[in-house]
Amino acid sequence: MNAKLAARVWAIAKKDIRIYYLKGPVVIFGLLLPLFLYLAYALGRSVAAKEAIASVTSMTVFFTSTAVAPVIAPWETRSRTFERLISSPVNIAIILVGDALASVIFGICITAAVSILGVLMGVYAVNIPLFALNLALSSICFSFFGLLLSSHPSDTPADVMMLSALLKFPLVFISGVFMPVSSMPPLVRSVALLSPLTYTTELFRRSIYAGGVLPIHLAVAALTAYTLIFAVAAIKLHERSAPKRL
Amino acid sequence: MADAVVADGLTKRFGDLVAVDGVSFSVSEGELFGFLGPNGAGKTTTVRMLTGILPPDAGKASVLGLDSVRDSLKVRELIGVVPEAANVYVDLTVWQNLTFMAELYGVPRGVRESRARELLELMGLWERRDEKARRLSKGLRQRLLICMALIHEPRVLFLDEPTVGLDVQSAHQIRGMLRRLNAEEGVTIFLTTHNMWEAEELCQRIAIINRGKLATISKPDELKETFSRLRFVEVQFDRVAEVGELASLLGCEVDVVGNKCRLHAEDVNDAVSKIVDYARMQGLKIISLNVVQPSLEDVFLEIVKGD
Repeated sequence: MNAKLAARVWAIAKKDIRIYYLKGPVVIFGLLLPLFLYLAYALGRSVAAKEAIASVTSMTVFFTSTAVAPVIAPWETRSRTFERLISSPVNIAIILVGDALASVIFGICITAAVSILGVLMGVYAVNIPLFALNLALSSICFSFFGLLLSSHPSDTPADVMMLSALLKFPLVFISGVFMPVSSMPPLVRSVALLSPLTYTTELFRRSIYAGGVLPIHLAVAALTAYTLIFAVAAIKLHERSAPKRL
Repeated sequence: MADAVVADGLTKRFGDLVAVDGVSFSVSEGELFGFLGPNGAGKTTTVRMLTGILPPDAGKASVLGLDSVRDSLKVRELIGVVPEAANVYVDLTVWQNLTFMAELYGVPRGVRESRARELLELMGLWERRDEKARRLSKGLRQRLLICMALIHEPRVLFLDEPTVGLDVQSAHQIRGMLRRLNAEEGVTIFLTTHNMWEAEELCQRIAIINRGKLATISKPDELKETFSRLRFVEVQFDRVAEVGELASLLGCEVDVVGNKCRLHAEDVNDAVSKIVDYARMQGLKIISLNVVQPSLEDVFLEIVKGD
């Protein structure tokens, strides 16, 4: 990517951060969500803190990276800023990469806060480079997943949020967040392996307490593949729906 | 003068509807060109194809020699666009809206700030630069949109109905700025408007599109000359005239508008002398007698008649 394109991507990301992310309720929701996720996960169960932190970190990166990204396109359609944006020297790919970058920054910042919570509880990552790689890769993957959800040319953010919730919550339950892949029955395990969140969870288990059963290279490759699929699909579908947003 | 904008057989379909049907024209560099048409005629679709945000189904569009589809990003770097019914980012300040556009267009940081200040001062927005755009009136938002379209000093400016719904002062200021941009900086301006007076006042040439097809393209004066048959005689007598009698004498249609009669005769010279004779015969005093040239609005209505 040349400097001119990078500057445009960064301008769009900054615009998104100012408009959609730097809002009190969004930040508070982002910080409280992991806390509630932790309580929901740990209360009444005898789980080790390191296991709880690995699961909650997975859910946090998943929920925060998909929290706002699906809303941007319908919101810009409704507020009639989309045509002004697309009339400038940017194409759909540049817009989506900028949107994804803002989402990644938000996801990483909130997940970093959860990591600090883990450290305060005495949980330290045993493989920090893997933790960082997984955090970056997963937040990119889920940001494009969020953008893919908004490819239908709707101008109603609530519609996209409903679709988003319908897909996200079942995904959490089949992805080995609450039950490790190793403990799953074979059929459920096969389904779990279809979810990108499974690989995120496995890699956090690996990096935080050397847990998990899937080989690292397989999980990284799977997450990379999902990232590419979601990015290409989001760009193609948004390109197709863009004229209907005008 | 080289062509700044060229449409060559532009066609766009939406399902069964042919929104733009084989439209061809060119706009010279430095020209202020008006693009007129009734609602749904295809004006906005044409602008979107010219500016490269909507690909045509057939035909070609080019701006400053660049293909609007193949070189769409390059085209958009060179043009400024004020889309119809577009909005500014209401959650950003006036200054942030403008600098965001400057960043997208790659305006260098040093130039960016001085140019933004210059534009905001010109459009009377400098004092409000730190306010969120949601606090601006429609007229002020439209002025901000125009600033956003000019931040990178474009060579061609597309404006899609920029003064619709604005107060007199805002519309006047925008028209003045367009005139200045065109005359002093040589910016080519492609203006779509519903306002016939505005088109006549500003544009060197106008095109009229109707039901997706280009109906005519000409200078406003030439266009009115072409439609000189729409001229009429307007007469005011010192007392009420018998309209039916006048109509049968002249063999033409007579309308009463206020205290005046409008006579739509084929031969206006003959009509004038007959009116004078009629007044003498009836003992009427002529208060005023004018041959009224058709306005651009008359021409427009004639062209889109039956729509």
